[in-house]
Amino acid sequence: MSTAAPRTWDEFMEGIWRQNPVFVMALGMCPMLAVTVSAVNALSMGVATAFVLICSCGLVSLMRKMVPKEVRIATYIVIIATFVTVVDYVIQAVSLALYDALGAFIQLIVVNCIILGRAEAHASKNPPWPAMVNAAGMSVGFAIGLLALGVVREILGAGTLFGVSLFGADFQPWVIMLLPPGGFFVLGGWLLLFSWIERRKQRRVASEVAQHA
Amino acid sequence: MSADITAPQITPTAAMIRTLGLVSTICGLIIVGAYLGTFDAVQANKRLALEREVFKVFPAARSMTAFHALPAGGVAAAGSGEVPAGSVKFYAAYDEAGKLVGVAAEGAAKGYADTVRILFGYVPDCQCVTGFGVVAMRETPGIGDKILTDADFRASLKALDVRLNADMSALANEVRTVKHGTKTKDWEVDAIAGATITSRAVGKAINEAAQVLLPRLVPQLDNVKEKK
Amino acid sequence: MHESAFQILINALLANNLVLAMFLGLCPFLGVSGRLETAFPMGVATTFVMLVASLCAYGLNILLTAFDLEFLRLISYIVIIASAVQLVEMVLKKYSPGLFRALGIYLPLITTNCAVLGVALFQTSRDYDFVQSVTFAIGGGAGFTLALVLMASVRERLQLSNVPDVAQGTALSLMLAGILSLAFMGFAGLGG
Repeated sequence: MSTAAPRTWDEFMEGIWRQNPVFVMALGMCPMLAVTVSAVNALSMGVATAFVLICSCGLVSLMRKMVPKEVRIATYIVIIATFVTVVDYVIQAVSLALYDALGAFIQLIVVNCIILGRAEAHASKNPPWPAMVNAAGMSVGFAIGLLALGVVREILGAGTLFGVSLFGADFQPWVIMLLPPGGFFVLGGWLLLFSWIERRKQRRVASEVAQHA
Repeated sequence: MSADITAPQITPTAAMIRTLGLVSTICGLIIVGAYLGTFDAVQANKRLALEREVFKVFPAARSMTAFHALPAGGVAAAGSGEVPAGSVKFYAAYDEAGKLVGVAAEGAAKGYADTVRILFGYVPDCQCVTGFGVVAMRETPGIGDKILTDADFRASLKALDVRLNADMSALANEVRTVKHGTKTKDWEVDAIAGATITSRAVGKAINEAAQVLLPRLVPQLDNVKEKK
Repeated sequence: MHESAFQILINALLANNLVLAMFLGLCPFLGVSGRLETAFPMGVATTFVMLVASLCAYGLNILLTAFDLEFLRLISYIVIIASAVQLVEMVLKKYSPGLFRALGIYLPLITTNCAVLGVALFQTSRDYDFVQSVTFAIGGGAGFTLALVLMASVRERLQLSNVPDVAQGTALSLMLAGILSLAFMGFAGLGG
């Protein structure tokens, strides 16, 4: 078994690339398409989800030896709902404008498959520190996915990035990108891109193997 | 964990109840803590946002007081005890001298994507709506959100006739949103070309709110004319 | 708000379709819509859970407001939904075991379906009364089923067509969903 430090880094990176919740596991889609109409909203949603994910995994991991397996899903859901309620009130206290922009999707974090999935698959079987590190990695992966969508949709749909106008006043925004169909198309586009990259890598590996054979 | 299954010393049900009880207590404490901790900040934010909107609708206003228009008639200042169901909240805006500038009330109607919540301003002297501000909306950027910027739309809402009918039970004429460029009467709202649904939402919101509020408010205007 | 029951029904079904316009219920939408014969029962089961959740949420909300306990709203809603799903599972297991097995893992996943919780949350934030809430739940569920069935029909057809390898899988479903969503935008304003 490798030393503790590299393992922690592995735990963290796993959620960002190899098991990226958005692009690899296709989880947590509802909030993703709904709030990524601007980069700021996407980032805020990422931060809120990160808070809930890390805290829930921490608490689930702390209690993992006490929870009988019959009631574990119910327990996880209650814990997740608790932290979502906390985030809900914190966002209201920080910025009402942000709260209105994110809308019902803050409370819908509780049914984000990523969190329940992580709690069940990882946090319930590992001590608190690795569980929270893995959760942090997943959150970063999720945030990257959210940002990827938010940035593309904001640039194409409004001509701005984080509120800063990029193309000047004459830019004709592609408004559909800010509407529901645009969300589907942009995410589909990103998945197409990753699929293409993956296939190119596989073909290169296959041709190298054939060369060396 | 496996030790529990092979030699349980307490019944499984008791273990489940104990865990659920413990989890509920911990979670309950966390929630209540967060709620109480953020309560003041949230209330302050809401009050600030509301004040900003009211002052935007009535630029001459310097202060405001919240009231409830009670279902049985009469008005009661907000914060003075139980609010009977069916009361309508409104905000009286006063200038520096404490005289009434106008009354602001909330209205809501379904727009294109979700509810459009507005705050509109009613001036008793002209019996008309003089403007509105958007409290919350999720309309299409560049299309629906033109209600914030379109000059013609705002102009058609500068003197919207909302006088009451003869027996003061409802508006004399229903506020309606008409197609762009076809406004003929003072109680019509000129929709924005290409943003009809959102424009109609604003008209509907004003109409629904005014139909309930004004018959209760107008007989009681003397109670709110001076800042107490 | 004075939306009539009919307006709410049409809006939830078409103009503001839960899946295609409001982005709720996407995980099952992309996961279960492979075959028509599982898509339709899944939609019906979800509609039933939505109806039960909506009724319970309405009652719960009255209780919570009466006792000033609004901060417990989210937790109580999600617990009710989880219980409703358990109920549906038990009923299906007893009366239709074939269907129970066909739906498999997706049945308990209705608990994490954003659409069910979304219906409960939206009816609360829009202050719907009893009739409006029930109509919204039925309309929403019907809209979800409609989207699911449409998606499943197209995907079944696509299995026989020549789709480039790079686009197969979730990317294709998303593009499909985008086109469906675009089509449904034509219903805007239908509900008055």
